[in-house]
Amino acid sequence: MAENFEKHSDISAADLARLNQEAQAEATPSTAKIIWNEFKADKPAMAALVIIVGFIAFVMIGALFINTPKMMETNIMDYFDKPFTADFWLGADSGGRSVAKQLIVGSRNSIGIAIGLTVISSTVGICWGLISGYFGGYIDWGMQRVYDFTMMLPMLMMIIVLVTIIPHYNAVSLTLIFSLFYWEGTSRLIRSRTLAETQKDYVAASKASGTSNWKIIFQGIMPNISSLIIIDTTLSFAENIGVETGLSYLGFGLPTQTPSLGTMIANANDPANITLYWWTWLPAALEIIILCLSISYVGQVLRRAADASQRQGAAD
Amino acid sequence: MWKTILRRLMIMVPEVIILSVLVFLLAKAMPGDPFTGSINPKADPAQIKHLMEINGLNDPWYQQYWNWVVHLFHGNLGNSYQYQEPVTRLIEGRAGNTMWLAFFTMVLTYAFALPLGVYAGRHEGKLPDTIIRFYTYVTFCIPVFVILVLGIWIFGYVLGWFPTTGSVSSDAQTWAQTVGSRFYHILLPSLLGALFGTVNIVQYLRSEVIDAKHSDYVRTARSKGVPSKDIYRHHIFRNSLLPIAAFAGYSITGLLNGSIFTETVFSYPGMGLLFVNSISYRDYTVITALVLIYGILNLVGTLLSDIILSIVDPRVRIE
Repeated sequence: MAENFEKHSDISAADLARLNQEAQAEATPSTAKIIWNEFKADKPAMAALVIIVGFIAFVMIGALFINTPKMMETNIMDYFDKPFTADFWLGADSGGRSVAKQLIVGSRNSIGIAIGLTVISSTVGICWGLISGYFGGYIDWGMQRVYDFTMMLPMLMMIIVLVTIIPHYNAVSLTLIFSLFYWEGTSRLIRSRTLAETQKDYVAASKASGTSNWKIIFQGIMPNISSLIIIDTTLSFAENIGVETGLSYLGFGLPTQTPSLGTMIANANDPANITLYWWTWLPAALEIIILCLSISYVGQVLRRAADASQRQGAAD
Repeated sequence: MWKTILRRLMIMVPEVIILSVLVFLLAKAMPGDPFTGSINPKADPAQIKHLMEINGLNDPWYQQYWNWVVHLFHGNLGNSYQYQEPVTRLIEGRAGNTMWLAFFTMVLTYAFALPLGVYAGRHEGKLPDTIIRFYTYVTFCIPVFVILVLGIWIFGYVLGWFPTTGSVSSDAQTWAQTVGSRFYHILLPSLLGALFGTVNIVQYLRSEVIDAKHSDYVRTARSKGVPSKDIYRHHIFRNSLLPIAAFAGYSITGLLNGSIFTETVFSYPGMGLLFVNSISYRDYTVITALVLIYGILNLVGTLLSDIILSIVDPRVRIE
C-alpha cells in the first residue's frame, strides 16, 4: 500500500510529513490526554486525586509494617487511652488497642475489598451489558429476566444470609459474595448505551465485512463507550467503599479480629462509647466521608471530560 | 395498557416461586439449629432430636418446602423459635413501625427534592444551582450508615434533641401522647434519610426543567403572557411530575435496604432490626418470612413504577 502510494502520488515526502503533522495537531486528542488536561485545569480535582492516590499508597505500605495479631491483642492498662499522646496519636479503644494503627490496617482491608469488588462487579456488569445489548433477541430477553430477578432480591438481606452460611469466610469470599449482587447497575447502564451503539453505521459495516461478533463487541463498541465505563467504574468505587464497611458495621462483614473501617464505626453502637470515647469511631467515619467525597469528585471531573461541552481544560 | 400489566404480573409469578425456593434453601443451609442452646441447659440430645422430629426438621427439604408453602397459603408462616410466637403476629407488630418510617422518609425526601430540583433547573448555572449541585454531590456517595451514626451522635447524644432508641416513649399515656412520641422517634432518622436521599430526584427534575425551558409549549405559554412563576408551577412542574412519581416505586427497594441500617443505628423495633436479631439466633422461620416479604415488596414497587411509566410514556407499553 505504501509503495503504491509512493508510485502514484505527486506529493513530496516533505509535504506528506507536514500534512501529517497538521492532521495530528487538528485531530481530537486521546481520551487519556483529555482527562489529564481536565485535571490540570481543575486544581481541587488534582488535590482530590493526590489525596486518594497518596492515601491508598500510604495505608497499603503502612499496613505492611504493622503486626496485625499483635496490634489486636488486648492490653487492659491502655484501656481507652486519650488521643494525642506520644504512644497513641488517636487514643486506644476498649481493649487498649491503638486506634491509629487499626485505622491504617482497617483502611487497607476496606479499600482493598472495595477495589476488588469494583474490578469484579464492573467487569461482569460491562460484559453482561455489552453482550445483552449487542445480541438482542432471545439472549437479551433471557439475560434481562436474570437481571430482573436479581433486582428483586433484597440485596442486603441475601448478603447477610450468605455470609452466615459460609463457615470460614475471609476478605476474598466476602468480595465474591458482594460481587454477586453489585454488577446490576453497571450492566443496565452499559446495555442501554450498547443498544444505541449497535444501531450505528460502523457496526453494520463491520458486520457486513464479516468481522466476528466478539471482535465488534470488544474492539469496536467497548472503546467507543470507554468514557462511560471509566466514569461508572470510578463512581461505583466510591459507592463500594460503603458496601463492606456497612456490612462490617452491622457485624456481618469482616471477622472481629480483622480491623475494618466498618467495625471501628461499630464502636459507636455502645451509648457510652459514642459520646465519651468518640476517638474510637469518629476518625473512621470522617475518613470514609473524605475518601468518598474525593473519589466522587474525581468522578465528576471524568464526567466533565467525557462531555465536550463542559470541559474546562480543552482550550489549548 | 392492561396487557402490559398482565404480562408483568405473569412474569412475577415464576420470580416469586424461585425466590421462595432460594430463600428456603438458604435458610436451611445456615449452620446450627434453633433448639440447641435455646432450651434449658439440662435438656438432653434425645429431647432435641425429638423436637426436630416434631417440627419436621428431619424431613427431606422438598417435603419441608411443600409443607411450608401449604402453610403459607393458610396464612401461617410458622412459629418463631426465639420469641415463641407466630411469625405473622411478630412481623405484624414490627411491619407498622417500618412502614411509618419508610413513609415519612419518602414524604420528606419529596418535600426536599421537588423544590430543589425545580429551583436548580430554573436558575441553571447561577449561584443557587451551583449550591444545589454541590449539595447533591456531597450527598451522592457518602454511605448512609455513616451519616446516621454521625446524626445520632450530634443530635441525639451531644445536643440531646432527639430520642436515641425505641419507637415510642414509655411515659406516653394518652392516644395523643403516643402518636406524638412515635412521630418524635421517627423524625430524626427520616430527616437524615431524606436529606441524603434526594440526589436522583433533584438531578432528574433539574434536567427535565432545563429541557422544558426551551420547549415549544413553554414558549407558547410565555408568548400568551403567562407569568414566569405560573409557567414553572403549572406547566413545567406538572409535566415532570409523573415520571418523578414513578421513582417512588423504585425507591421502595432503597428504603427497605436502608431500614436495616436505620433501625440498627436507632434501635428502632422494625422489620430490619428483627431480621438482624433473627440472624444471630438462627430463627429460620422469621428470616425466610422477612426475606420473602422484602422481595415481594420490591417486586410490587417495581411493578407500580413500571405501570406509572407506561401511562406516561406509551412507548414503554409496546415494548
